[in-house]
Amino acid sequence: MQVTENAVHPTHLPRAPRKTFSFGGSLGALTGLVLLCVAVSFLSPHFLTTRNLLNILQQISIVSVIAVGMTFVIISGGIDLSVGSIVAFTGLVMAILMKDHHVSVWMTVPIGLVCGSLMGLMNGLLISQLNVPPFIATLGIMSIARGAAFTISGGAPIFSLPESFLAISGHLGPIPIPAIVMIALFCLGGYILKYTKLGRYTYAIGGNESASVLSGINVRFHKLVIYTLSGCFCAISAILLTAKLDSAVPVAADGYELDAIAAVVIGGTSMLGGEGKLSGTLIGGLIIGVVNNGLNLLAIPQGPQRMVKGGIIILAVVIDLLRKRKGRSK
Amino acid sequence: MEATLQMKDIRKEFPGVLALDSAHLDVRKGEVHILAGENGAGKSTLMKILAGAYSRDGGTIVLDGQALGPMTPRQAQDLGISTIYQELNLIPYLSVAENIFLGREPMSKLVPGKLDWQALRRDAQRILDSLRVAIDARSIVRDLGIAQQQMVEVAKALSVQARVIIMDEPTAALTSQEIENLFRIIRDVKRQGVAIIYISHRLEEFAQIGDRVTVMRDGATIATLEVQGTPLDELIRLMVGRELSDYYPKLQVDRGPELLRVEGLGRAGVLQDISFTLHEGEILGLSGLMGAGRTEVARAIFALDPMDQGAVYVRGERVRLRTPRQAIRAGIGFVTEDRKGQGLVLPLSVGHNITLASLGLFTRWSRLNLGRERAAVDEYLDKLRIRATGGDQRAVDLSGGNQQKVVLAKWLLSKARIFLFDEPTRGIDVGAKIEVYSLMNELVKAGAGILLITSEMPELLGMSDRILVMRRGAIAGTLDRAEATQEHILSLATLGAA
Repeated sequence: MQVTENAVHPTHLPRAPRKTFSFGGSLGALTGLVLLCVAVSFLSPHFLTTRNLLNILQQISIVSVIAVGMTFVIISGGIDLSVGSIVAFTGLVMAILMKDHHVSVWMTVPIGLVCGSLMGLMNGLLISQLNVPPFIATLGIMSIARGAAFTISGGAPIFSLPESFLAISGHLGPIPIPAIVMIALFCLGGYILKYTKLGRYTYAIGGNESASVLSGINVRFHKLVIYTLSGCFCAISAILLTAKLDSAVPVAADGYELDAIAAVVIGGTSMLGGEGKLSGTLIGGLIIGVVNNGLNLLAIPQGPQRMVKGGIIILAVVIDLLRKRKGRSK
Repeated sequence: MEATLQMKDIRKEFPGVLALDSAHLDVRKGEVHILAGENGAGKSTLMKILAGAYSRDGGTIVLDGQALGPMTPRQAQDLGISTIYQELNLIPYLSVAENIFLGREPMSKLVPGKLDWQALRRDAQRILDSLRVAIDARSIVRDLGIAQQQMVEVAKALSVQARVIIMDEPTAALTSQEIENLFRIIRDVKRQGVAIIYISHRLEEFAQIGDRVTVMRDGATIATLEVQGTPLDELIRLMVGRELSDYYPKLQVDRGPELLRVEGLGRAGVLQDISFTLHEGEILGLSGLMGAGRTEVARAIFALDPMDQGAVYVRGERVRLRTPRQAIRAGIGFVTEDRKGQGLVLPLSVGHNITLASLGLFTRWSRLNLGRERAAVDEYLDKLRIRATGGDQRAVDLSGGNQQKVVLAKWLLSKARIFLFDEPTRGIDVGAKIEVYSLMNELVKAGAGILLITSEMPELLGMSDRILVMRRGAIAGTLDRAEATQEHILSLATLGAA
């Protein structure tokens, strides 16, 4: 290629050193979390105790498990509004099986997982096969799942579940099992995003769908998998929630979709798709958990709590946007 | 006769490009003035300056004796300069009447702030009737055909008392019957004293509708002539007449065995009976005007669009490709025209873009080996001399030329042998262009075959071994490198015969 030697400058810019580990876009959220923890520990002497911190992990585990699936969905450029309703429906299905039909716990849990996955699959079918916008498809399934929950339960709560099921919400040594499940799922999700085709394609589809099609990616199939995965994570969350409460009610997990989306967004994942990290979502979930916990310790009532939470979501995204704008103008 | 509109010494610079330099145009009252030239000659830029869409860097514009300063599109419109763009600018869900008077709706005299619907419909219908077109002012624009929508655009232009109407390739999407109808309307409008600037690539239309013609080339006005008495080949010579620069480092490669054969490819209303072969070591140029179906051929081969008829053979074997994935497996790579919209996933890193179509190479037990992936990325960054800070840099931050090389790297990694290049050098600077040409040479030297779709004549003639010319969805002719000239290609593309 001698011809080009004169026309271009074949010198390379120095390559940036490779980072072995990075929080990437979630670094801002991590800083926020640390500052928040420092602030709360000054305000309340009860915050920085092992018991309280484990308690926070236990509390955020149920929504954070949903947020793992939500991160996949949002990175792929979609949204899943149906997660809360799927949790409620799946929880009821499992409770009814155990209570009314005396199905063993070992059978019930897999059935629950399949049930949640099927609900997710329905979202996926609507979105990938019929091209229904994710917002609309999952809004519809949200209502259908919630309605189904009311229908199969007759509106009444189901409680006094088998001891062996409730044990899921127990402790392994000092550590709550739901927290272990949550960490395990974050690791699994992080592995999928980084080390599998599915993960890579999730980013690609969210970043540019037509370029993904042109690169030979089966976009429809992978969307189907992503929404099914989200449904499956909802089922896991339903197991944790039902075991913790020892009851399944049709109004359970109301508004969890918004908490899960908030965790993802605070963690720096772009609602436009194509960018995001699970480490960020974990930090986002922790921020929400620490805020709730701190406000509880300070005995601040529900109303102001919710207002603070809303403010934090907006603040997190605004800071992120400002940071990006600054980065661009450089 | 005195000129209604005079544009003199118009200059326009874009970053790094002089788009217009000493462009002139004078248009008389009541004439149809044709603006001719190749793609990129500066016609559209000149018209956008007149319509206020671009600011000018030099020159004067005089309309009916009044010198015009810098203006916004709205001001240009108020001065009586209306533009009918190729992509029509109507609001699909509103009625014809509302579209015609958009932003200038007659208001009720009794109730402040209320539209006078009756006056709106009546006035709109009157204009439509004066054009002798059978369109109901109450119908919804979305329900109209393209031709009718165009009539609505004309009506809209007339409703603002246009003094100059600019029409950009108005017949590109019309049938011959509809063209006849449009021409009748144009003649009517012309009789009302309006000046019409008519941009078209269809030489055969010039004599039917035009009074005078201005030819542009390389951002400058070459000549203004009476249409009557100017032979077509003279016009073509004026449009083309440029010496080929030598920066096409075309390599002569021996033609190898057949790589790709397309037989009788057809798609209803888009393509008909497309047949050709592509050999190893060959660059096959695909030429034609915009809308002739060049990109559609590539899309059909790559299985992005379904084909109604025809067969595709790769190395002599019939392949039935139903998805781009299968096309990639068959060794086809598609470098699309729209690099940012279809070629790259901009938020992803350069490295991930390069490996996107070949992740299978690095997967074992469904686990990606990131180390091996990185090694392959580094290899291609070096090989194609992609100027990036590393494989981790985001694709969005690269220059156009380097982005294009990333797309190429993707297909090289996927082991493509058949390359479909759709406008591969559009929007990239000269240095990067030459690099892309050199890469094309490397490819054919290594036994690949390239289908090169390009609107740039010099590039087409400079790089192709053979040239297919398309016209209206069909192949109008095939030219060998030796016999191909710009005149030849242009007349095949416009008239269908050499």
